[in-house]
Amino acid sequence: MKALLTASAVALLAGSAAWADCGIEKGSVRILSNDFASLHIIASEAETCASSTVTVTKNQTTEHKNIQVPALTSNPATYTVAIIANNSVVPLLNDGLIRPLDDYVAKWGQDLQPNQLVKIDGKVMAIAFQINAQAMLYRKDMLAEAGIEPPKTYEEILAAAKVLRERGIIDTPLLGNYKPGWDLATQFIDLYLGLGGDFFEPGTAKVAIDNDKGLAALATMKSVSEYMSPDFVTYDSNGAKPVWESGQAAIKVDSWGSRVSGLVDDVDAQPGVAENSVIAGAPTIGGGTIPAAAIWWDGFTIAKNISDEDAEASFRAMVHGIRPEVAKEHAEVTAWLIKGYEPTPTAAGVFATLKAGAKPYPMVPYMGLLHTALGNELAEFIQGREDAAKALADVTQAYNTAAQEGGFLN
Amino acid sequence: MPHRTFFAFIAPSLFVMLLFIALPIVSIAYQSLFVEHGQIVTTVENCGPFGCETETRVDAEAMRELREEQPMGQFNWLGTYANPSHLAFAEVAAIWRQSDGLWSALRAMLNLPFYKALFFTIAYTAVVTPLVIALGFLIAVTVNAVPRLLKGPVIFFSLLPMIVTPLIGSLVLFWMIDSRGIIGAALQAVFADPQLSLKASPTLTWVVLFFYGVWHHAPFSFIVFYAGLQTVPEDTLESAIVDGASRWERIRYVVIPYLTPLVTFVALIQLMDNFRVFEPIVGFSAQASATSLSWLVYNDLRSGDSPLFGSAAATSMLTIVGVVILLTPVLIRTWRDFTRKSAR
Repeated sequence: MKALLTASAVALLAGSAAWADCGIEKGSVRILSNDFASLHIIASEAETCASSTVTVTKNQTTEHKNIQVPALTSNPATYTVAIIANNSVVPLLNDGLIRPLDDYVAKWGQDLQPNQLVKIDGKVMAIAFQINAQAMLYRKDMLAEAGIEPPKTYEEILAAAKVLRERGIIDTPLLGNYKPGWDLATQFIDLYLGLGGDFFEPGTAKVAIDNDKGLAALATMKSVSEYMSPDFVTYDSNGAKPVWESGQAAIKVDSWGSRVSGLVDDVDAQPGVAENSVIAGAPTIGGGTIPAAAIWWDGFTIAKNISDEDAEASFRAMVHGIRPEVAKEHAEVTAWLIKGYEPTPTAAGVFATLKAGAKPYPMVPYMGLLHTALGNELAEFIQGREDAAKALADVTQAYNTAAQEGGFLN
Repeated sequence: MPHRTFFAFIAPSLFVMLLFIALPIVSIAYQSLFVEHGQIVTTVENCGPFGCETETRVDAEAMRELREEQPMGQFNWLGTYANPSHLAFAEVAAIWRQSDGLWSALRAMLNLPFYKALFFTIAYTAVVTPLVIALGFLIAVTVNAVPRLLKGPVIFFSLLPMIVTPLIGSLVLFWMIDSRGIIGAALQAVFADPQLSLKASPTLTWVVLFFYGVWHHAPFSFIVFYAGLQTVPEDTLESAIVDGASRWERIRYVVIPYLTPLVTFVALIQLMDNFRVFEPIVGFSAQASATSLSWLVYNDLRSGDSPLFGSAAATSMLTIVGVVILLTPVLIRTWRDFTRKSAR
C-alpha cells in the first residue's frame, strides 16, 4: 500500500514538473541583455523553461554592450543568448560570434512573423521582438494653461517653450537626454536623420556630417538646451526621469518608447504629473516630413561558440519568452513586433514615429565609432564653449583618428 | 644585511611585481606599437523589421584569417603616439604656424583631447597634493591634542572619507550638489541665483572635483602624520617648552623638521595616485568639463563596437612617462639622502 502511494505521488510530481517547463529536454541557457522592463519580462518567461535538466541564467546589465564581444569570443561562450539592438549586433557580426538561425526557425519558429526575422546576406541572424524609437512627452495641463497647441515640430516646441517661460508657468520647460556621451550623440543623430542627412559618403567609411544639416541640427540642440535646467549635462534617461516625475518640465523632447511607460505611470510621480502626461510621435525638424528620431529594433541572437544542444535549447527558451501570450499580457510595456499584438497608447508614439517615415539607426560597422566621436566632441559645444563649425570639425577629426586605428580608413 | 638574505626577503615581492606590473607594462608597450588590421568589407543585403537594404558589412571570415596570420595587427611604430588623439605633432605644428599669439596657441592646443586631459590631470595633481599634505598634517596635530577618551571615535570619523569607495563617495557628493540636492539648493539660496549649477560650469566642476580629491585623500595623509607624531622625541619637545616656545613655534621648529621624510613619502604616494585620477570623473558624470589621462584610456576601451586597444595602450604608456617625470625630483632627493647616509 505504501509502495503504491509513493509510486503514485512520484508519478504525479513528475507529471507536474513536465507541465512546468517548455518541453526542452536538456541544455544550458545563459542570457546576456540590457536592463529595462521588456527584457526583464522576456528573461523571466524564458526562466520558466528551467527544469532538472535545463538551466537558465541571466545577466541583465547596461554594460552588456561592453562585455558581449569578449564573453562570446571565448570557447565555450560565457553566454548562449545575446539580446541586442541594431547597433549592438554590429560587433557580433563583425567578429563572426553568432550563428545562423534558419534551421531553428523552421523547426520551432511557427509563431514568428516575417518582419521579425533579421536576415544578413540571406541568413537569419537575429529574431527581433520589439521596436523602439524616441517619442515626445508633454504635459497637456501646462500647454492648455498657456493656450498652446501640442507641438509637432522642433520649431513649434521652441515657440511653446518661449511662451511657457514668458507666462511664468515654468522657467525650464524643456527636458531631454542631453548628457555628453552616448545620449547627446543620439540626439544629434536623431535630428540629423530628421533633416534627411547621410552620415557617410555612400559606400565608404568617410564621414560626411560637416555640412548645413549638421550645423542646423547643432543649432536646434543649442536652442533646446537653453530652455532646460542648467544641470542638463548630467541627464541621461535615468537622470531625466526624476525631473519629469517631479513635474519640473513641460515637454520632454525624447523618451525611449521602451522606457516611456515608466515616466507616465503613477509610481514615483508627483500628483498631477502622470494623468497629464501625453505621449506623441517624435517631432519633425526644418520643415521636413521625416520624424527626428532613429528607429531601433531589439532582438536576440544565439552564440556560435556553444554546443548545438545548448543553441537549440536557448532558441526554444527565447521563443517561449517572446510567444504571443507574453505580448498580450504585457501589452503596455513596449512596442512589440509579436503576432497578435495590438498597439497600446504608450506604444502608439513609437508606431506613429515609424509610420511617419522615420529612418532606422544605421547598421554600418563604423557607426559606433562616429557615435563615440560625437559623444565626446559635442560636450564643449552644448555648454557654449565652442561654436558649431569647430564642434563638427572636432568630431570629424576624432572619428577619422578612431576609424584609421580601427582599420576602416587608411 | 648580507645580500643573499636581502634577496631572500624581497624575492616573493619581486616575483609578484614582475608578474603583475613589469610584464603587463612590457605587453602594453608592445601593444601600443600596433593598430587594427584594415577591415575587409563586403556589401550584403540586410533585411529587418524596416525592410531590406544593401549595406556594408565586415567580412568576418577574411578578418579571422588575417588575424590568425598576424595576431598583433598592423605594425604602426610610434604612429599612434603622434596621432591627433595623443601627442598630435602635426596638429600642434599647424597651430603654432597659424596662431597669432602664445595664449591663442595654447588655447587651441588645449582643445586637442590629449592635452585637455593632461591639463586637468596636472592641475588636479598640483592642487590636491599640497592641500592633502597640509590638511592631513593639520588634522593629525589636532587629533593628537584631543583628550584620550574621544581619540578613538575622532580617528574613526577622520578615516571615513578614505574608507568609502571612491565611486560611492563621489556619487553621494554628486547628488548633494545637484540643484535639487541639499548643497546645490543651499548655494542657490545663498547666492540668490536660481540658475546656479555646480555641474554646468566647467570651473565649478573642477572646484568640486578638487574638493572631492582633497576630502578623499586627506585621511591617508592624516594617518601617516599621526603615526609620525607619536614618535617625536619627548625630550626635544620638553626642552622646547622649557625654552619658552609657543605651541606654534614648537610645531614649526621641532615637529615639522622631524616629519619631513614623511612629507616626502606622502608626496610620493599622492603624486602617483592623483596623476591617475579617474573615479571622480565617472562618479560626477563630469566628462563634459574634465577628462583625465586614465579617463581617456577607459573611454578608448569602452567604445563597444571596436575598442581601440592600441590607442588605450599608448595613453597608458604616456601616463607612465608622466608619472616618472613628476616623481623624478622626489626620487633624486631620496637618492641623495640615501647616498649621504650610507657615505657616513
